[in-house]
Amino acid sequence: MPAKGVTTTTIEAPAQERPPVAGGGLVEIQQVVRSFRGRRGEVRALDGVSLRVEPGQIVAIVGPSGCGKTTLLELICGLQKPDRGMVNAAPAALMPQRDLLLPWLSALDNAALALRARGVPRAQARAQGAPWFSRLGLEGFESSRPHELSGGMRQRVSFLRSLLAGKPVLALDEPFASLDALTRAEMQSWLGKMLLEEPRTVVLVTHDVEEAVLLGDRVVVMSARPGRVTADLAVALPRPRHRTEPDLVALRGEALKALGVRE
Amino acid sequence: MSAIGDRKRVTPLTRLIRPLPALIALGAFLGVWELYVDLGGVDPLVLPAPHAVASALYTDRGLLWSNLQTTAGEILAGIALAISIAFVLSVTIHLSRTARRALLPLLIASQTLPIVIVAPLLILWLGFTFVPRLLVISLVAFFPLVVTTLDALDAVDPDMLKLMRTFDASRLRTFRHIELPAVLPGLFTGAKLAAVFSVIGAVFAEQAGATHGLGYLLTIAINQFLVPEAWAAVTVLSMFAIALYALFTLLERRVVPWAHQPKGEPV
Repeated sequence: MPAKGVTTTTIEAPAQERPPVAGGGLVEIQQVVRSFRGRRGEVRALDGVSLRVEPGQIVAIVGPSGCGKTTLLELICGLQKPDRGMVNAAPAALMPQRDLLLPWLSALDNAALALRARGVPRAQARAQGAPWFSRLGLEGFESSRPHELSGGMRQRVSFLRSLLAGKPVLALDEPFASLDALTRAEMQSWLGKMLLEEPRTVVLVTHDVEEAVLLGDRVVVMSARPGRVTADLAVALPRPRHRTEPDLVALRGEALKALGVRE
Repeated sequence: MSAIGDRKRVTPLTRLIRPLPALIALGAFLGVWELYVDLGGVDPLVLPAPHAVASALYTDRGLLWSNLQTTAGEILAGIALAISIAFVLSVTIHLSRTARRALLPLLIASQTLPIVIVAPLLILWLGFTFVPRLLVISLVAFFPLVVTTLDALDAVDPDMLKLMRTFDASRLRTFRHIELPAVLPGLFTGAKLAAVFSVIGAVFAEQAGATHGLGYLLTIAINQFLVPEAWAAVTVLSMFAIALYALFTLLERRVVPWAHQPKGEPV
């Protein structure tokens, strides 16, 4: 149910059946207001934001810098409380923009950290994490230290770590922003494939419109501070998607227009 | 992704060449000193030439060795005590803002105490035992340790702590997995500084009240105008400090190799 002033567009395509997500995975945000006390008085980061993400849906949130995207993710993850409004989200694990891998741990131990955090013994956590390495294209790098891995591989380990947290919701905060363009494109396809195999409710914050239409079932466009939802575009394109498909390119243009970018 | 963890290869030759600059600098220093005393008309009673110190080192080797053992024991125990105190204090300060406000000014104040005066006062209070000497050494050694461990704790990425919260980690588990390993490099940096400072602390402590040890030996030698012997004791003390520093550096490379690896991405 879109709010007033929000454009909703659908490009006709067969809707895809997504397998159900274990543990529910509904994310519901209603009329959330969140402000911060800054040096120059109060800064309103989010101003009446409503968002509903169905279980198993992938929603990409795009917006200019400072539109409160990170605040939104932290609200979903329960790291912040709204000043007003309601946040009702299934348990969510964060995947941060920087990989935040610990330099003293191997790749496997870094991934297993999400389990160790819950008190799973080391051997068991490693045994649970190890089979994922081949699935994620990381085989042979289990005992490598983070500094020995490329940027793309580090993000894979970071993704696996968030996945192993076992939460129905993944909150991805510009996960590929720090990668070079080529690696980023490769990682976007990789993530699309991973999410088909391992369905989760995903809230993906990005400033890359192409990434948003490539990965999202919906693209939510936010305005600059104070953050508001200005458009909610459905991306009903079959997967796997290719960035050169005309429908995808058309949607990309639409999202850019909603962001106020003229091409 | 080539050049993974690329380091300069250590060959026997580089191993041989590496300490060369330090040895040349030391040789030059001793050479100038020797020439200054021999040719500058300096009274060897006031400033002995290096060869005189070397001969005192050799003659008194048994005495120096037995006194070194006493002092080394005090210093190692003092550093161990300082590490324990510094660890507990910095963790407390890191975790509690109230503790930070309450303790940090006191810690800084403790370093303004003139140790030369405090050492005899402590001995007056606690007697001619091991305890006051241990306290004096710890008092000089713990401050750099608190500063470096606290810095290491405060440098932990707040985003990492947030991440652990979304993984449902308790505060204790977050501490165990994130902060505890992160503190180790700081602890080693502090220990290296403490190694140097504690030697000075030991001399003050032994001057104030001891019947054995290099600091005690030094005091006796100066009082009796045994100047080369005094320099010999100083030489042993500084060599011990260097050895201790080297030991901590070696341990550091063993225990926290990741603290010395390049943090950026390999190209």
